[in-house]
Amino acid sequence: MAITVSQKRIPYLKVLVHLAALYPLLNLYYGAFTDQLGGDPVEAVIHFTGIGALNLLLISLLISPIAKRFKLTFLMHFRRMIGLYAFTYALCHMLNFLFFEVQFDVRLFIEEVFERPYITVGMSAFMLLMALAITSITKLRRKMKGKWQTLHNFTYLIALLVVIHFYWSVKSEIIEPLIYFAIYAALMVFRYKKLRGWKEKLLSR
Amino acid sequence: MIIKITSASDCKEHTVTDENVYHQRRDVIKKMGFLGAASLLSLPASAGILDIFGEEETPDALFAQNNLSYAALKGGIGEALTPEAKITSHNNFYEFGVEKQQPSALSQSFKVDPWQLKISGEVENPLTLGYEDLYSSFDLEERIYRLRCVEAWSMVVPWIGFSLAELVKKAKPTSRAKYLAFETLYDPVQMPGQRSRRLGGGIDYPYVEGLRIDEAMNPLALMSVGLYGKTLPPQNGAPIRLVVPWKYGFKSIKSVVGIKFVEKKPPTTWNLLAANEYGFYANVNPAVDHPRWSQASERRITTGGIFAQNRIPTLPFNGYGEQVADLYSDMNLRKYY
Repeated sequence: MAITVSQKRIPYLKVLVHLAALYPLLNLYYGAFTDQLGGDPVEAVIHFTGIGALNLLLISLLISPIAKRFKLTFLMHFRRMIGLYAFTYALCHMLNFLFFEVQFDVRLFIEEVFERPYITVGMSAFMLLMALAITSITKLRRKMKGKWQTLHNFTYLIALLVVIHFYWSVKSEIIEPLIYFAIYAALMVFRYKKLRGWKEKLLSR
Repeated sequence: MIIKITSASDCKEHTVTDENVYHQRRDVIKKMGFLGAASLLSLPASAGILDIFGEEETPDALFAQNNLSYAALKGGIGEALTPEAKITSHNNFYEFGVEKQQPSALSQSFKVDPWQLKISGEVENPLTLGYEDLYSSFDLEERIYRLRCVEAWSMVVPWIGFSLAELVKKAKPTSRAKYLAFETLYDPVQMPGQRSRRLGGGIDYPYVEGLRIDEAMNPLALMSVGLYGKTLPPQNGAPIRLVVPWKYGFKSIKSVVGIKFVEKKPPTTWNLLAANEYGFYANVNPAVDHPRWSQASERRITTGGIFAQNRIPTLPFNGYGEQVADLYSDMNLRKYY
């Protein structure tokens, strides 16, 4: 079922992806500023941007397996964009926590990051994701040559850290985090060969 | 006649939202019909395009609350009340779903009449209160209490109810009665969280809680049947719930059907689920953190959007130390959290 999309159409499709990613975010903050997000707008924006970042990250990981399997190569044009939106949502998630949850109490913020394992894990994932976002600039990518791919393979680790962060943050409702674990595992199964290649490389050292 | 002894931590009357303002708001919602109320409730859901597990939930009709006659409170605590719309739409009541807005969305058809609250165990006078008895057996009074959730947010709520101590006296506990064991209704037909592990957060039902008998006798411990002048809506624990303002919110068990006087410390739901995170006592204590987050401060939920949710320091015993600290004078509160 190979579908080819002409290069001319790609920019239009990109506009659609931008809208699909930005609209929920704008809608969210509109609701938050006008007090229409239920009882606790702070919790609402933190949860929404957190889950949104995870969903976008998993979508970005789904693109290359689908593009390969169904020969939909045009999808690869959207991977960087979706990855960058995952970073945007993660940035909002982290800033929501700093601005609205701890309310610029920088000491409390730092304490929470280092004392609470689930926040430590989340922050580590965010830092790594930031490195990927910065190096997604074409100029840097060219400069980095082979190292770029090595760095960007960290996205598998990032996604795992984010799922752990989610699992660890909930009080008792673990079913949803477990579903995310399953989705993550499925995405890794698509990369079985790649992962096995790394394993052999490590063992042959 | 109610003799009112004021103390430093009490609410001041001037902080209560003006009744006219409040009634107008309800009228507007009534005039808009349930469509208006439903759209208010469902905004987060419609915003949840990326929240793939979010569910669209719209109540068919709002639960009917009745007006109550009660002794209104003269005096307040000098802190702004949390608006009724927030108290009734931001709830932890996993029997109706784990997400904060789910209880208000999924509980509106809950039946509270007939109801039976059974008082049993080590008492000389076991008794059962029916629906009407909940409102007529004791004098109802208004009390404005801070509610501090273990998740580090808080509200200020104008409850209506009667002292748990009055109920205890009526039941006449025997000398063997050392604890009270509370139980929430178990009715999976009406409570979707009890049917589905996903909706109900994977906790075992019925929800159970407990108090030491001297805690139950403390004048602050309240059996609440209403808030903001009316009977409780289901999401807040209709028709009757416990309110122990110096403890984290999960101690204040909702929709109570049983209070059993027992000799041994009874099991409590959150303690069973994660004993290292939730103790039996669960007294509000800024010095003892939850293993996964700080309890030193809290976000007060008030009127207004995201910029109005101010972080304030958490007080020992939620500011009620004057009235309750004596209960724990010989205890290490780090050990007995």
